[in-house]
Amino acid sequence: MREAWLPLAVLLALGAAPLLGFGGSYETTLMARVMILAMAAVSLSFLVGGAGLVSLGHAASVGVGAYAVAILDAHNVTEAARVLPAAIGAAALFSMVTGAVAIRTSGVHFIMITLAFGQMAFFTASSLAAYGGDDGYTLYSRTEVWGSRLLGNRLTFHYVCLGALALTWALCAMLLASRFGRVLRAARENAQRVEAVGLAPYPFRLVAYVIAGAIGGAAGFLLANATEFVSPAGISWQRSGELLFMVILGGVGRLWGAILGAVAFVLLETWLADHVAHWKMVFGPLLVLAVLFLKGGLSGLVVRRHG
Amino acid sequence: MAEPLLRLVDLRKHYGGLAVTDGVSLDVLPGEIHAVIGPNGAGKTTLIHEITGVVRPDAGQVVFAGRDVTRLSLPRRVRAGLARTFQITSVVPGFTALANVALAVQARLGSSFRFLRPAASEAATNTAAMDALAEVGLADRAEVPAGALSHGEKRALELAIALATKPRLLLLDEPLAGAGPEETERLIALLTRLKSAYTILLVEHDMQAVFALADRVSVLVYGRVIATGTVAEIRGNPEVRAAYLGEDEA
Ligand SMILES: Nc1ncnc2c1ncn2[C@@H]1O[C@H](COP(=O)(O)OP(=O)(O)OP(=O)(O)O)[C@@H](O)[C@H]1O
Ligand SMILES: [Mg+2]
Repeated sequence: MREAWLPLAVLLALGAAPLLGFGGSYETTLMARVMILAMAAVSLSFLVGGAGLVSLGHAASVGVGAYAVAILDAHNVTEAARVLPAAIGAAALFSMVTGAVAIRTSGVHFIMITLAFGQMAFFTASSLAAYGGDDGYTLYSRTEVWGSRLLGNRLTFHYVCLGALALTWALCAMLLASRFGRVLRAARENAQRVEAVGLAPYPFRLVAYVIAGAIGGAAGFLLANATEFVSPAGISWQRSGELLFMVILGGVGRLWGAILGAVAFVLLETWLADHVAHWKMVFGPLLVLAVLFLKGGLSGLVVRRHG
Repeated sequence: MAEPLLRLVDLRKHYGGLAVTDGVSLDVLPGEIHAVIGPNGAGKTTLIHEITGVVRPDAGQVVFAGRDVTRLSLPRRVRAGLARTFQITSVVPGFTALANVALAVQARLGSSFRFLRPAASEAATNTAAMDALAEVGLADRAEVPAGALSHGEKRALELAIALATKPRLLLLDEPLAGAGPEETERLIALLTRLKSAYTILLVEHDMQAVFALADRVSVLVYGRVIATGTVAEIRGNPEVRAAYLGEDEA
């Protein structure tokens, strides 16, 4: 934990930012995006670095969560006590069904099959004409909390996102340290060893996959509320790739690396988009260079300096 | 004669046209060290794979403690009391020696679907794991990452992991392979100690070790058991000498 001072500082900074004059609409929107994507990235890091399950379809569970909000919104269900469990439950269910198949494979096959399931979700969302189809769907309102428009308040929403991110990190760290996580970590390194002590890795991996999906669904709930809009683009494999990239950029071996990865990714993307004309031509190569030269990712840099 | 703890009935396995296990029937009696020897490629490792469920035999039965386990997976056989080591050492390199053994302890002690408490600080599993490490002489290496242990230490660690599952039958695939002379001596002393407490199926190329440790020996050649008997019987068997020992001593 001592080596985690930087991500803790990042969380503190995010907590203090609105009080230090960064409470405007632009800043809080940007920070919400960072925190929600970081939340999704941490749960993906739990899968990739913890369980060794390199999913290229994680955005789909985020998307399922977001679409749950949209679909319920279209049917006038906007109460958090119903919408949030629905978003989490739908994403968990989606992960359970797709994971039950995907986890039977490994390596490149696993990557491809998660990608395929992600695309399935993408095309399904595109074809939901009643909920905007390709164009996406704009929420009538943010989700209400026991009838109050709590989440509509910029500051409240900011701290809800921050709390969700911190909770995600703590939860995933706890899980990885537990007996359950020990089996996951052992199976990542040597699955046959795990079998030879009497444990089949499959159910552990599936539970991990469902948990990560559920967290993704919660992130999707927040994302839909942050933008008050959902669209198939949020489910695309590019988004899954971005999440995976945040994990790698931050360093696969540490959960909190994904927080650094998400911050760096979103800030860089935003800055380039504002300042460079053909920014995507610069962004791509920059990402490639970062992966090539930052072995162990950003978190690896921090730990090496201070560890 | 006592009921055999393990009984193999006419096991068969083909890889393409190659009969790797060609009608093997064999009994392991409670309390004995039963050695399986045979030249390279005789099918010894495949036989252990079939006994432990890593490989499915094409035909035949594996009966363990009176129960047909032929269709059970490796984890389920381990939970039934079969533990094995691998010819190529198999540990979790990133885990400490202690955590490697503690994994086996938690698998035996009950549910691994526990999500809240940090596993590394569970006293009960750690104590049992330390006991197993002490049994193989690795107590002072408990906190070393398994990947950083010497080859002989890794072999001993794999033994400790197997012991921590509290097996009724230990299957050891060439536990001495690749160990230096000193390590070999230590491992033989360890196996001698284990002999009083465990039933062991031992695959080993080191004849001196086999003849010192084994109660009975089966000779496997091209997937067939050509002889089973006491050490003295096997040493004196002309067929065995011709097929195996002869070329070994030449
Ligand atoms: N999965 C496989 N596919 C095809 N052939 C295999 C397979 N596994 C083993 N074999 C072949 O089966 C034969 C027996 O192999 P096995 O590893 O069981 O022998 P062994 O007696 O353990 O040999 P060694 O003493 O070298 O460890 C060998 O000819 C090997 O090449
Ligand atoms: Mg072999």
